[in-house]
Amino acid sequence: MSLTLLYVQTLNGLQLGVLLFLIAAGLTLVFGVMDFINLAHGVQYMIGAYLAAMFTAMTGNFFLGLALALPSALAFGLLLEFLVFRHLYDRDHLDQVLATFGIILALNQGVKVIWGAAPLSVPIPDSLTGAIVLMPGLLYPVWRLVIIGSGLAVAVLLGLLVTKTRIGMLVRAGATNAPMVSALGVDIGKLFMIVFGFGAMLAGFAGAMVAPILSVEPGMGDNLLILTFVVIVIGGIGSVRGAFIAAILVGLVDTLGRSFGPTLLKAVMDPAAASQTGRALAPMLIYILMAAVLFFRPAGLFPAKK
Amino acid sequence: MVAKFTAHSKWKLPLLALALSSGVSGAALAQEKLKIGIMVTLSGPSAVLGGQARDGFNLAVKTLGGKLGGVDAEVIVVDDELKPDVAVGKVKGLLERDGVQFVVGPIFSNVLQAIHKPVTESNAFLISPNAGTSNFAGAQCHPNFYVTSYQNDQNHEVLGKYAQDKGFKKLFLMAPNYQAGKDSLAGVKRHFKGEVVSEVYTPLGQLDFSAELAQIAAAKPDAVFAFMPGGMGVNLVRQYRQAGLANIPFLSAFTVDESTLPAQKEAAVGFFGGANWAPDMKNPQTEAFVKAYEAAYNSVPGTYAMQAYDAALLIDAAVKSAGGKVSDKNAVRAGLKKADFKSLRGNFKMGINGYPIQDFYLVQAVARPDGKFATSLRDKVFSNYVDVYAKDCKPAN
Repeated sequence: MSLTLLYVQTLNGLQLGVLLFLIAAGLTLVFGVMDFINLAHGVQYMIGAYLAAMFTAMTGNFFLGLALALPSALAFGLLLEFLVFRHLYDRDHLDQVLATFGIILALNQGVKVIWGAAPLSVPIPDSLTGAIVLMPGLLYPVWRLVIIGSGLAVAVLLGLLVTKTRIGMLVRAGATNAPMVSALGVDIGKLFMIVFGFGAMLAGFAGAMVAPILSVEPGMGDNLLILTFVVIVIGGIGSVRGAFIAAILVGLVDTLGRSFGPTLLKAVMDPAAASQTGRALAPMLIYILMAAVLFFRPAGLFPAKK
Repeated sequence: MVAKFTAHSKWKLPLLALALSSGVSGAALAQEKLKIGIMVTLSGPSAVLGGQARDGFNLAVKTLGGKLGGVDAEVIVVDDELKPDVAVGKVKGLLERDGVQFVVGPIFSNVLQAIHKPVTESNAFLISPNAGTSNFAGAQCHPNFYVTSYQNDQNHEVLGKYAQDKGFKKLFLMAPNYQAGKDSLAGVKRHFKGEVVSEVYTPLGQLDFSAELAQIAAAKPDAVFAFMPGGMGVNLVRQYRQAGLANIPFLSAFTVDESTLPAQKEAAVGFFGGANWAPDMKNPQTEAFVKAYEAAYNSVPGTYAMQAYDAALLIDAAVKSAGGKVSDKNAVRAGLKKADFKSLRGNFKMGINGYPIQDFYLVQAVARPDGKFATSLRDKVFSNYVDVYAKDCKPAN
């Protein structure tokens, strides 16, 4: 185990964390502000990736494609809100789970009808291909650094938006006590719609940014959705700051645990058993983390104040 | 309720007619009818594989003028959804409702485990165009079960043997953490005697391999072997290239092939795989097949399409050798065992366990002049290779 490997894996963990944050930010707001369980949030991520793939292929330029994909993802999120989700806010959680699960099935099949079942790929923009030497012996792909950088930038912007602006104040107030905000004369329906569309766009942004490194395929958001729920539960539902800390934490624990877990275990047991145990333990680590956090702080790390 | 009733009554008359005619005509029919059910995966991320198999089979039937062995062939295609329970239900429908004499399928081994018994015990023939598990190759071999692909271990063994022959000292292995992944690495290690620096199992469906790639960079192996089918392979190959590891030879099975190359593109060029065929194999039947397939479906056929095409040719040969008498099971079975047809891969014999005896090659991904990507034959690694389980098969007849 070298120091270089540790650095690389930390960067990898950071990149996964940033990605999780982009998806979790919207989900935690939707869940926290509207008390609405949206299983279809992972689908927004997939839609973002498909839109980026389509527009990149059309324009021949990833950045133009991204610029077109973001408003389209926003529009699609608003459309879903208008057609489906709006009618579910007052229903109980089971209805919401059923309906949004149905949307997952319908949209996964839908993208297959439109774009085919075979995975699509998006080329990395020419200026950002390849890897750069961060320090001797530490080579890292440029595009992953771009993902980390843009994710952190979005996190800062979102933080400012939530803490410093009027709409952010309303969102925070909505997360604490929505009926009261409504009683004070704020159009809560409109607020919900804005939050929802914005969350969909962030998830779409995450999908578009990973499209050049992951294959774009039906159902690509489903695995991430579970991780995202882990993130918002650890972070505290409704808290953007909590989502950020938890996303980075989950990203690091997952990546570092997978690569160094077996090595660390070798110090205390024989190699064969260590690699066997490490292999079994690594995917569980984030759930163990979640259980531990919930044991000490049942409402998550930074719960929205009720 | 009303609509339901009318829909129901609309079917009554034809059903009655059908019942009457089938009762009467059973003996009177001079010309027998050949019914074949194709059961492959046509939904989900792996739908591309099933699609290739379906298209390959249909192309063969079309090329043979809609007849197999001189008998009019009716092909019914169903989707197993990659769910063994769904597959069992649908295969029973094929056998009992449609009365098929042959079931061609499936793509995936877990589906094969589920449908093997219902098909073989109903006295229909099961022809697998892809999945070839070890249990049915060995002690549980069955005279109604034939495979036109390979025994599952063999493609992995090709890379292990190649790594050994090439003199690689240190090999880095990775596969998804499920049965086929473990079998794969066992297959590689059967022939590779050097040092395995690390054996990494990733969760099934993992798409970001950054952590594993960093480990590969740190371990500095002579070569990497990966078994990452479908979308996992697309991601691994592209990220491997992006991480600047392409100077370490990339050996793989079911990871770089015609189903994943359209998405991997340049990233996979130069990477190795193991296979029983590639679209640039030099024989007239392959040249004609590839040309016709590309014209009809606008994509490069992979082994999935080739093996299904051969499955149709196998049925054609068997029915022909039975003189067109599909109902004479023993004659058809003898024909299946003889496998007297010109396989696209040239050298092909049916082994005692119903699994092929054939050659295996190292293949390499290349960019073709027309801008498409395909695998290309390199070294022949095994000749007339019999799978290691065949010795446990004691055929009943």
